[in-house]
Amino acid sequence: MNETALVSRPQVTASGLPPAAPKMTIRKLDFYYGKFHALKDVSLDVAERRVTAFIGPSGCGKSTLLRTFNRMYSLYPGQRATGEIRFNGRNVLEARTDLNMLRAKVGMVFQKPTPFPMSIYDNIAFGVRLYESLGQRDMDERVEYALTKAAMWDEAKDKLKQSGMALSGGQQQRLCIARAVAVKPDVLLLDEPTSALDPISTAKIEELITELKNDYTIAIVTHNMQQAARVSDYTAYMYLGELIEFGETDQIFLKPKRKETEDYITGRFG
Amino acid sequence: MNNLYRKRLFVNRFNLVMSLGTMAFGMAFLLWILAVLFYNGFAALSPSLFVQMTPPPGSAGGLANAIFGSVVIVGVATFISTPIGILAGIYLAEYGKGGLIARSTRFINDILLSAPSIVIGLFIYTIYVAKVEHFSGWAGSFALALIAIPVVVRTTENMLQLVPSSLREAAVALGAPMWKVILMVTLRAVRGGVITGVLLAVARISGETAPLLFTALNNQFFTTDMNAPMANLPVVIFQFALSPFQEWQELAWAGALLITLAVLIINILARSVFRQASVR
Repeated sequence: MNETALVSRPQVTASGLPPAAPKMTIRKLDFYYGKFHALKDVSLDVAERRVTAFIGPSGCGKSTLLRTFNRMYSLYPGQRATGEIRFNGRNVLEARTDLNMLRAKVGMVFQKPTPFPMSIYDNIAFGVRLYESLGQRDMDERVEYALTKAAMWDEAKDKLKQSGMALSGGQQQRLCIARAVAVKPDVLLLDEPTSALDPISTAKIEELITELKNDYTIAIVTHNMQQAARVSDYTAYMYLGELIEFGETDQIFLKPKRKETEDYITGRFG
Repeated sequence: MNNLYRKRLFVNRFNLVMSLGTMAFGMAFLLWILAVLFYNGFAALSPSLFVQMTPPPGSAGGLANAIFGSVVIVGVATFISTPIGILAGIYLAEYGKGGLIARSTRFINDILLSAPSIVIGLFIYTIYVAKVEHFSGWAGSFALALIAIPVVVRTTENMLQLVPSSLREAAVALGAPMWKVILMVTLRAVRGGVITGVLLAVARISGETAPLLFTALNNQFFTTDMNAPMANLPVVIFQFALSPFQEWQELAWAGALLITLAVLIINILARSVFRQASVR
């Protein structure tokens, strides 16, 4: 079957960047909350080791889309998706997908910081211990690696035994990113990771995203268009459950093809 | 000052006075009870309470067998009810949720929560004591466990429902299986609340009398045999307080004071555990 023929959306063309292979290919994805049709016929590619941003007004389905990538919605009866999300050669929407393995490969960071009620060290080791049995020395190294990746090592190295819940909001969120990075996933999903943070913490996390792109494929949902413009390589604009426009970030922000996209980006929306 | 505002000030003062009044009414009785109890109880308190057995009428003695029996019966009941209650609470909050089984379990649990304890005593009497044809400490523990279980189920479920779904999702998002999420993240997040629930259940059952009348009954002598009738504070208080003998009445006051102090200490403990856990 000719896959490209199914894609009615603009193709990912890499003019400024070296070409990137798609890490996740989404085809004809529909999503339902009970009877409510929340995503309508969404098709796009999430490029490997690039940042793909999802923007759009509240309720447009961008978070819903992100939650299909790791099947988070499967926690809740009544929520279902049809179509295809191809990842590592498999359709993750299939019933036989091992959800724990999928989620170990597709990490997620949420809007609100969610440190576990344990020490900083154990917060990070928790996920690692699920799928690897490391010795003490290797585990120490992994914790340092993750905290360094999340730009937190200097702040946290002297208080690894302290509760993760005693940290500030920005630190908690970086701890959550470290926790997600520690299990070395293929894809990192960020669901409005900075919306609860002050500008300084936000700047740190944005730097971090640019840094992490070297190793990970990142999909980020954000309400902040400047943020999307700053950190992402590709941007998808969604509205009322539909993917309106998808392309390179520069193109979306400088010369959008669709009138709706332009209206939203310039603030003339609604 | 306009009229509407004046009226509002009046209504505010009126309501404040009324609510203070009702509070004072309730507190007055509570303090009265405590005053009478402390007055009579401390007068009867002596070291011999803890070493001598309950005496025959007309002679001096203590409450050692009853104190020991109460601690053992309540201890065994707690040991039985804690795991059952916590596991059932986990099921209701994490697995069953709004399903039919969970909803009916919740409904029945709520009925049990408010069931008269004498009914529970009669139930154990019918299915256990009448079958083995003797009263026993075990029967007392079973009856008290049945009273404690619904309390633990309720508090465990309520506490787990307080865990924000974002925390649960965060653990699931790392690829953790459900049982690990519950054991290491959600249950740990509310362990102070769950321990508080267990302690409150202990406080609740340590003063129960009716179910023990049908099950553990009483024993004039010290025994460690759970398979025999066992002395316990509530039943001793019940018998001694109604008797015409002054020594017995004094011992009943002392026993009542001991139970009240124990419950008070457990409650303070529960509060401090809960506060510590929620500060973290």
